[in-house]
Amino acid sequence: MAEILSKPLENSYLKTVKCFFEEVAKLTLFTFRFFKEVFKPRYEFNELVKQSYSIGYKSFPIVIITGFIMGLVLTIQSRPTLANFGAESWLPAMVAVSIIREIGPVITALIFAGKVGSGIGAELASMKVTEQIDAMEVSGINPFKYIVVTRIVAATLMLPVLVIVADAIALYGSYIGVNLKGDVSFHLFFSSVFQTLSFTDVFPATIKTVFFGFAVGLIGCYKGYNADKGTEGVGIAANSAVVYASLLVFILDMIAVQITSLFS
Amino acid sequence: MNTLVEIAHLKKSFGNNEVLKDMNLKVEQGENLVVLGKSGSGKSVLIKCLVGLIEPDDGEVILLGKNIADLKSYELNALRKKVGFLFQSAALYDSMTVRENLEFPLRDLKLSKEEIETLVIDTLKSVGLEGAIDKMPAELSGGMRKRVGLARTLILKPELILYDEPTTGLDPITSKEISQLILDVQKKYNSAAIIITHDVECARITANRMMIIKDGTTIIEGSFKEISESKDEWIHSFFK
Repeated sequence: MAEILSKPLENSYLKTVKCFFEEVAKLTLFTFRFFKEVFKPRYEFNELVKQSYSIGYKSFPIVIITGFIMGLVLTIQSRPTLANFGAESWLPAMVAVSIIREIGPVITALIFAGKVGSGIGAELASMKVTEQIDAMEVSGINPFKYIVVTRIVAATLMLPVLVIVADAIALYGSYIGVNLKGDVSFHLFFSSVFQTLSFTDVFPATIKTVFFGFAVGLIGCYKGYNADKGTEGVGIAANSAVVYASLLVFILDMIAVQITSLFS
Repeated sequence: MNTLVEIAHLKKSFGNNEVLKDMNLKVEQGENLVVLGKSGSGKSVLIKCLVGLIEPDDGEVILLGKNIADLKSYELNALRKKVGFLFQSAALYDSMTVRENLEFPLRDLKLSKEEIETLVIDTLKSVGLEGAIDKMPAELSGGMRKRVGLARTLILKPELILYDEPTTGLDPITSKEISQLILDVQKKYNSAAIIITHDVECARITANRMMIIKDGTTIIEGSFKEISESKDEWIHSFFK
């Protein structure tokens, strides 16, 4: 009996493992195709600018709001613990290091994955379902270059900018948070922040956002471009783009931390 | 006559589903060939194989004198510019206006802004939609979308046009208008066409020659009159 029951279970595990490796192989080929196409003319500058506007500029409001809340909440939550140790004066420095090194890039990348990754996934999947990608192909235009390359490059370029803005706003939110129960001048707060931060805090944190942006753009495009036919495929593409892009952000972050720790 | 398309022993399967078993067809310059068949009989797969959107498992596709299996991707893209394709859903780029949809296929041609503007307006006039130039696809009716799709196809002045179910989802009057438009295009541009349909009225209006496919293979070929007078019950059921 146990033997009979374990057979289908075994088969389903094997199927899942097979699907996983197939998916990884397809994503790898998709990535190679991106690098093959990105340096080849013709360069779609107009579409790149359009996508940068839509991916980057239109994400500013949500990034500003979340950045402000992130800084404010982190400060309010950290104050009691630091106060217990009589280290309240370290609040700006601690919050700044947390935001710049980790929380700013990761939270912004996750917001970006939710907003941009799902948007790209849904848009490309609906283009696929309505045969717009096929229409481009039959009119002799390379849809991969026009649709995929521009979106991935735009996401790669825009996320670092958004993270810098989010970090700045988060520090301002932290300044407000510090002053809810204290009286620290703007000048003193930011002097403390900049005295604490060093090149090794800022540079690796900014570099990793380039990879986060690339990952979000790549996964969104991959899921959308390879969506199955039908409206169900659009939903699945949007949803899985967010899930896998968020997961990849965490994995890349873990790798980035390991690499950074080798040099510090 | 100049043969534009020649398909020989074309086969295509999706998993265990053998969609095209042994397809053979020829299309001559200036000729409208209607391919009639039930839904799921492999009609759309046939024309998608023709332009390289779907890779056949076996057989030969000679398009405008070139075997598409031997072409590099840039050669295939160049060849595709000589072939128009009207999709069942019209496949208009929904983030672009009608004008931008028509300008899009022209982007690789070295034309001035004025030349592009003239070409866009003239092509829209030929499908009777010059008033819709600045509209978004979402603002257009089904018939208008098909017309814009056809205009986008015509703007490159193709030698061959592939129509995938051009009248599906349209009311009888609009279907007749689209069928008439297909005839007008043939006369004006002297282009050949493969019209995939299950609409007998569309076939009657547009066909110079016709073939019916069943289970992935051709079962009868001839003029509309010859086929409509067939004694075969299954074939006759199309015309009831």
